[in-house]
Amino acid sequence: MPRRINITRRRLLAGAAATGLAAPSIVRAQGTGARAPLKVGVLLPRSGFEASIGQDCQRGVDIAPAILRSLGLPELTVMNADTESNVDVARQRAEKLINDGAQLLIGAFDSGQTTAIAQVAEQKGIPLVINIAAAPDITEQGYKFVFRNFPTAPMILGDAFENQMELFRIIGSAPKSVVFMHVNDTFGTAMAKGINAVMPKFNVPYKIVDEIAYDPTARDLSVEVAKAKGSNADALLLVSRLNDAMLITRELVKQRWTPQAILSMGPGWYEDQYLKTLGKLSDGPISFVPFEDPNKKLAKSLQAALAKAYPGLNLSTNHVYTFEALLIAADAYKRAGTSDPKGLADAIRTTNITDNVSIGPGIQFNAKGQNDKLKNGAIQNRGGKLATLAPKAAANAKPEWPMGSYANRT
Amino acid sequence: MPIDVYLNVAVAGILTGLVYGLMALGLSVIFGVVRVVNFAHGEMMSIAMYLTVLLFSGLHLDPLVMLVPIAAVLFVFGYALQAGLINPFISRPEHSQFLLLVALALIIVNALLILFGPDARTVQTSYAFDSFQWGALIVDATKLYAGAAAIIAAALLFAFFRFAPVGKAIRACADNYTGALVVGLDVKRLYALTFGIGAACVGAAGVMMTLIVDVTPMIGPAYTLLAFVIVITGGLGSMAGALLGGLLIGVTEALAGLLFTPSAKSMFAFAILVLVLLFRPQGILGKRSI
Repeated sequence: MPRRINITRRRLLAGAAATGLAAPSIVRAQGTGARAPLKVGVLLPRSGFEASIGQDCQRGVDIAPAILRSLGLPELTVMNADTESNVDVARQRAEKLINDGAQLLIGAFDSGQTTAIAQVAEQKGIPLVINIAAAPDITEQGYKFVFRNFPTAPMILGDAFENQMELFRIIGSAPKSVVFMHVNDTFGTAMAKGINAVMPKFNVPYKIVDEIAYDPTARDLSVEVAKAKGSNADALLLVSRLNDAMLITRELVKQRWTPQAILSMGPGWYEDQYLKTLGKLSDGPISFVPFEDPNKKLAKSLQAALAKAYPGLNLSTNHVYTFEALLIAADAYKRAGTSDPKGLADAIRTTNITDNVSIGPGIQFNAKGQNDKLKNGAIQNRGGKLATLAPKAAANAKPEWPMGSYANRT
Repeated sequence: MPIDVYLNVAVAGILTGLVYGLMALGLSVIFGVVRVVNFAHGEMMSIAMYLTVLLFSGLHLDPLVMLVPIAAVLFVFGYALQAGLINPFISRPEHSQFLLLVALALIIVNALLILFGPDARTVQTSYAFDSFQWGALIVDATKLYAGAAAIIAAALLFAFFRFAPVGKAIRACADNYTGALVVGLDVKRLYALTFGIGAACVGAAGVMMTLIVDVTPMIGPAYTLLAFVIVITGGLGSMAGALLGGLLIGVTEALAGLLFTPSAKSMFAFAILVLVLLFRPQGILGKRSI
């Protein structure tokens, strides 16, 4: 039965008064141009074998709001999704986020998962800002809604070899042979192909005596390390993830082999969990990776925010590029003035952020949606901290070479 | 490649295979008697691994010291599980049992994820990085301890089923269910004991495994699959077959990684499984069903 509402004179006056009080605040909001927060779906491998790195990326999301606010950028509503380190799940979660109202996607650390998400984003016409994923194909498909502020595998490799040559010049020495170990997932395979393509262009002083591909979910890498040791190479060249980086280090110690150097061209070796879990045994490896420029103003803000939220953690590639993906989203939303996907994509395409965190001149995208101006850094693990060795403009330490023997550290 | 590399890899494969064998032994014991396939086997092992990590990080208790207590905890868990949850399903269709244990596996994985988060956890004992060297042979100390513990645990289990009255009664249940009922054996209690013993085996294997690998909540399903490969290869229901299967898979994975490519390690383990299923479906030491 419908309820009858009695409108008395007293109620009418009270309602009018309430409306009168509320009206100025609505006007105020309109006057300052405030608008609903942009709904950003953040896809990361929060569980599964890449969970540690996914959780680390999440820290970059957690510390972003206060910094974005201080930069005068609009609010974002973050919608979290877990890819479970699985390509199919990544695709499903991207579709669900869009169905749930996400107006822009960010993700997803892993190239395979990101490729799947990019297909969904393009199909649905929702912009995707890739935080971390290096497989070059992703931005070679002619996509209109996919943008990547992370170097491709060939860019990482080109810079890595440039940085290596710079280091060899500084120390006046170089390995004559390396054994190349890499994960056999999308990223590892792309990097391995890239190394073979890019290496001849640089006058690298060493040769690869053996190439060992392995499963990133492997529980035991004793065979792989035994094989690498058996090659009698001077140094180890690696493209790995976190868990396998720790497994390899343990096996190096147990099998009593300290190579002259561990040169990593991927994640794992500089990550906080690696440093904390292995303690003194984590010292020495040099990673050639996209990294922060510690001399940039925004890098200092990000470091301070991370130190406040997560005391004792080092700023990592995961934090830097995940934060920058959110920075790109907020900046585009501000300039676009709309959450319309096409308007947002157009705004992202014309991004020009020079006050950023990563090494390089800033954030701009080429016609393919790729930031092709990013630069790598060479960083070395030292006593639980990360020292930047190259490029010269961002360096804050000299290389320690060769690596100290593991035998003296246990 | 120097010959000592092959030797080192083969020895490492044998030691890892022994621990695999101990883990699979539990699965084989449970199936051989209760005729229930434990799809939560690897997940139960991950519970033991987390207990080891917790006791080590909280009380600095060495995993080798915790081997028996944690196996006992898993025994109680397994006993309660069989008595309270699985026994009512014994006479139900196999798909009901299957779904029950898959559900249990999912619950364990997600409970561990909620409780401990996704990060890998490890046990850093004073001997975690030790190795023994005899000439060119370098043996990982933790794998050696784990392998030795696996042999001792398996020997105790064999002795229990061979000589202990309860062990003989359990074997009677496995051989002839109706006969066991006729002679007055409390079959349901013996089933619960068997499940408890299987869980204790996997608990002991889990403690040993924490010396070799890091533990994450997602580690369970991979070990469930591995245990199945091992017991099917060795012979479902055969304890000796489980140990032999473990050794075979451990050594095959190690040598395949060295001789071919490490990426293909699992492929060779599964190739052995396919060959066994083709030419000896009952497994290497399994009995042919009539």
